[in-house]
Amino acid sequence: MGRHREREILELLEADARYTAQDLATMLNMEVPEVEEMVRDLEQRGLILGYRALVNWNKIGVDKVTALIEVKVTPQRDVGFDAVAERIARFPEVRTMRLMSGTYDLAVEVEGTTMQEVAFFVATRLAPIEGVVSSTTHFVLKGYKEDGILIDKKEEPASRLVVSP
Amino acid sequence: MKSWEERLNPVVRDIPPSGIRKFFDLAAEMKGVISLGVGEPDFVTPWRVREACIYSLEKGYTMYTSNQGLKELRDEIARYLNQAFQIRYDPSDEILITVGVSEALDLALRALLAPRDEVLIPEPTYVSYIPCTVLAGGVPVPLPTRMENNFRITAGQVEKAITPHSKVLLLAYPNNPTGAVLPRSELEDIAAVAKAHDLVVISDEIYAQLTYEGEHVSIARLPGMRDRTIVLQGFSKAFAMTGWRLGYAAGHNAFIGAMTKIHQYTMLCASITAQMAALEALRNGLKEMRQMVGQYNHRRRLVMNAFKEMNLPCSEPGGAFYAFPLIEDTGLSSEDFCERLLFEEKVAVVPGTAFGPSGKGFIRCSYAASVSNLVEALKRMTGFVKRVRLKKKVSRPIPVGQEAVPYKG
Repeated sequence: MGRHREREILELLEADARYTAQDLATMLNMEVPEVEEMVRDLEQRGLILGYRALVNWNKIGVDKVTALIEVKVTPQRDVGFDAVAERIARFPEVRTMRLMSGTYDLAVEVEGTTMQEVAFFVATRLAPIEGVVSSTTHFVLKGYKEDGILIDKKEEPASRLVVSP
Repeated sequence: MKSWEERLNPVVRDIPPSGIRKFFDLAAEMKGVISLGVGEPDFVTPWRVREACIYSLEKGYTMYTSNQGLKELRDEIARYLNQAFQIRYDPSDEILITVGVSEALDLALRALLAPRDEVLIPEPTYVSYIPCTVLAGGVPVPLPTRMENNFRITAGQVEKAITPHSKVLLLAYPNNPTGAVLPRSELEDIAAVAKAHDLVVISDEIYAQLTYEGEHVSIARLPGMRDRTIVLQGFSKAFAMTGWRLGYAAGHNAFIGAMTKIHQYTMLCASITAQMAALEALRNGLKEMRQMVGQYNHRRRLVMNAFKEMNLPCSEPGGAFYAFPLIEDTGLSSEDFCERLLFEEKVAVVPGTAFGPSGKGFIRCSYAASVSNLVEALKRMTGFVKRVRLKKKVSRPIPVGQEAVPYKG
């Protein structure tokens, strides 16, 4: 039961982090303090990593450059990819990072204000790290979807009837 | 010379226009209205379904299908009904694909009713049951249900209404407009009456998937009921496909055969485009359907909670996406409540009286709206109810010459 509740809270907050404890309590048929306690617990256990808005920066003309960098790494004894991965991930320029199957190892998403800045980061910070064998940088040209949300949503222009049987 | 109206079939002429119509006209002209007045999901049809339909057009699927509908779709429906509701039908002659459940209902009534045959219809009732019965030459016999009994029809009520002309019992659970569901035990009692009096049951189960407590039980699943029941189902509500107009009927081949006969002469077949989309919905859309149902359930609790806080009595809706609270104590009639709520707060709900006289004093409030819209609409409604109640207290006339009587414990 508790596990099921946790899941439901996580699903709701993932869909909309602005739900208040009151909203969640009503929707899930729970008491407010119970929800607050559960959310606190989820935060402490690192199941909820944070809350933030998904911003469409391009729309207000803020310059942002994003690159997806494929990185090949030599795994190390005992720790595998983790030690090198952590060294890369700690840079604030790195937005997301994943270990991949296939022809390369780490998919690193890097964000900067100009292409030079990103290139510079790769050349001076990322590539020289011990264990990094090679990197291939792909610059993002256009975003279509961000974390499950369409960026230029053109959906539902049609007007629904206000009253229908 | 006779007027043109006089040339109309009196049966058609005398059918009153839908009670929702007037309200629709009022609301349609206003801007910025939050609508809790709709009988359709606020979701757009899942993309995979739309995409599959576009693909079918690209491939050139633009022709008639067989009268009964695409064989693949009937196979899929048979499988689905068996898996989801444990009712078994032979797709070759026991399933008919129709233009929405609306058509299926019309076909079933026309196939069954001879002049003066009676149809027992629980009330409050969906707006088309009574007119369709009349158009098919039958006599509607409304069976009023009450909030105190969670708007459930009872076996006793059915029994009492039986006459030598009784032929059809029309069940619609989960119910529009009340959200009522019928648990298995009560269905069993009703089934016993249906068998004892040889009634055919038309069971409109369009909201079956939207059942929030326990599982939906189709009356066709009960022993001895399959052959005397016509189950009506469709894609509109569960798969958010209202505008596609696609439904189906399942039942004994005598019934389905007769319905197919009418369908083939009046409709020929349901649109192939919608059928192709429905195929995708059943094959790959169940997960998204369940997600939508989960969201309706969250909203249902929001609405129920709001009515509790407004102190408006409301039977807990076990299915569909409607709540049907009693607003009598505001001193307003259903119509006045809805009209004033619309003009003063720009929130549209539907007067309970649109669903028959036993809806008097109630409103239908749909929770197929986004959570943010729902929360805002309920906030406005709360303010409205408070204001109306306050006014009612203040404006109550104090009888002249009557002193306040001191309380004597």
